[in-house]
Amino acid sequence: MIEILGQLGDGILMSLQPVNLMLIVIGVSLGLFIGAMPGLGSVNGVAILLPVTFLVPPASAIIFLAAIYYGAMYGGAISSITLGIPGASTAVATTFDGRPLALKGRARLALVTAAIASFIGGTVANVLFTGFAPLLASVALSFGPPEIFALMLLAFATFVGLGGDDIAKTIFSICVGLVLASVGFDQISGEPRLIFGGISGFLHGINFLVLAIGVYGIGEMLWTIDSTRGKITTTETEMTVKGTVDDAKEGVRRGWKGTAIGSFLGFFVGILPAAGATPGSLMAYGVAKMVSKTPEEFGKGHPGGVAAPEAANNSASTGSMLPMLTLGIPGSPTTAILLGGMVIWGLTPGPRLFVEQPEFVWGLIGSFYISNVFALIVNLAAIPIFIWMLRMPFTLLASMIFVLSVVGGYAATRDMHDVWLMLGFGFAAFALRKLDYPLAPAVLAIVLGPIAEPTLRQSLLLSSGDPMIFFNRPIAGPITVVALVLILLPLFKMISQRRKAST
Amino acid sequence: MKRAELVMAGVLALLSIYLMWKSTELNVGYIEGEGPGGGAWPFWLAGIMLICTIVIFVNALKGKTVPSRSEEPMLDGYGKKMLLQVGGGILGFIALIDIVSMYGAMFFFLLYYLGFLGRHTKLLTITTAVITPIVFFFFFEGLMRITMPKGLPFLEPLFNVLFDIIY
Repeated sequence: MIEILGQLGDGILMSLQPVNLMLIVIGVSLGLFIGAMPGLGSVNGVAILLPVTFLVPPASAIIFLAAIYYGAMYGGAISSITLGIPGASTAVATTFDGRPLALKGRARLALVTAAIASFIGGTVANVLFTGFAPLLASVALSFGPPEIFALMLLAFATFVGLGGDDIAKTIFSICVGLVLASVGFDQISGEPRLIFGGISGFLHGINFLVLAIGVYGIGEMLWTIDSTRGKITTTETEMTVKGTVDDAKEGVRRGWKGTAIGSFLGFFVGILPAAGATPGSLMAYGVAKMVSKTPEEFGKGHPGGVAAPEAANNSASTGSMLPMLTLGIPGSPTTAILLGGMVIWGLTPGPRLFVEQPEFVWGLIGSFYISNVFALIVNLAAIPIFIWMLRMPFTLLASMIFVLSVVGGYAATRDMHDVWLMLGFGFAAFALRKLDYPLAPAVLAIVLGPIAEPTLRQSLLLSSGDPMIFFNRPIAGPITVVALVLILLPLFKMISQRRKAST
Repeated sequence: MKRAELVMAGVLALLSIYLMWKSTELNVGYIEGEGPGGGAWPFWLAGIMLICTIVIFVNALKGKTVPSRSEEPMLDGYGKKMLLQVGGGILGFIALIDIVSMYGAMFFFLLYYLGFLGRHTKLLTITTAVITPIVFFFFFEGLMRITMPKGLPFLEPLFNVLFDIIY
């Protein structure tokens, strides 16, 4: 342990070298901005700036890219809260409660909670990474398709079992999201599926950002304008130090549980190959809602609903670095690009990396700690700018939201077909929202669908079609049972209410 | 709003049936040695959707849901006007992209939204409508290297001038 702390100390000192420190500050600021732009995420930032890193040594290069990654995780929350459009896929779940808080005039509370939760999530993940990297990598490898599918089932179950919404509408919403996720090519046979008369735009599938931006950027905005008769006061928050400190206290008090769940769950989901920060943040939201004493407040502006996904996406971003460094398996698209960068820099990711390149590995881990601190500082310092943005006349803000939605919808896939699709989703979301259909489960499902379907099919293939494979494995079994209990919870509640009524 | 909820449930039921039917283009059963067929996942999910729409329809008919108990119409006069003006504005914005480019469409949309719907001053409207597309152009084309639609060829000389600044 002392040896690890010594190496970590060396790594932190290396990150504090002037060049590396400068790269961290630039990287975090750039990441914050890129993360806040709808349609762009850490993957765009890291991919675009990868060639720039060839000008500096590999350790400085990965520190720079890791700082962008970190900044983007913080930045995604900004547009989710202030504009109601998820800045990045990882911040989709932040919209569920962040936007309602902003509409209640509590944008500062949401932004401060997001910043603190992100910092704590990042710190917990860094500590777990430092102390248990090889061990956790081996645990993650023991997660096969049945275990991952069981986790996905649990994520859906949290929305069904504990939502205050109409259960039939919630299940419908989840299924719509999953069916939309299956549009394109069948991942196993390679055959086109649900391409509706051979429309070529459907061949690449439906990007979840197209649905998320359509639902939140257009549908939700139309609903807000309609329900408030256009007289919207987005925020009346004044920027004072005392007010910010009070919000920080409230954010910690009401969001600590969500932060804790997000920090640990996010890290673990981040480690799982092919999972990453987006499913991590959505699952953390679901579990935070599940364990909350007031789950009915989630979706209406609960700080815990901001804290959980924000802690989780930061934690998962560090977690997804773990299989990349220890096993050479990327846990997310961004780490896949980082992996490519490492190969170009002449490094071989895998178990030997810790032995052969300790300076590189510990420099990177040290930079996680420093980036996390700087991301918090830059983010908190920029909150007045975000609040000022919300004070703009609503028609000015709304026009910018629509412009960002259209541009973001195009930037996600560079296909006009998807922009039209996004508009269609927006109008459909408006109508469904008017009729009380919950839309967050559909967004959750379109994100998790591409993981859920292949893992279900692989599992059934492994068991020759026997569904008991989800029950008789030591990790998958308990998770599946909990998920089924949650799905059946509304039925139990209904029976108990009827019994009470009859007595 | 009861009628709207019943109609919506009916439309969604038809959509579910359509999706089930489209899913059968691939195998929806279990293939020995290959696992579930490619159509199985969407087919059974659409089946669950169909069951949900029936439950939603029955609940609405019995007045068990909030919208079905509401006496308000789904869209009143304000709602219809808003949908036409705001929704129509976004529709126009997207329709213009292939003609006057993403940036040109953005310019016209901002003119319409800020000037006509927002009733802002001419100075604010024109300044915002001009500056926003320029900022977006340099951010996406210059910094992020993401190419946005450039519209019809008549705009080429204008973009050439802007690209000269970038490169």
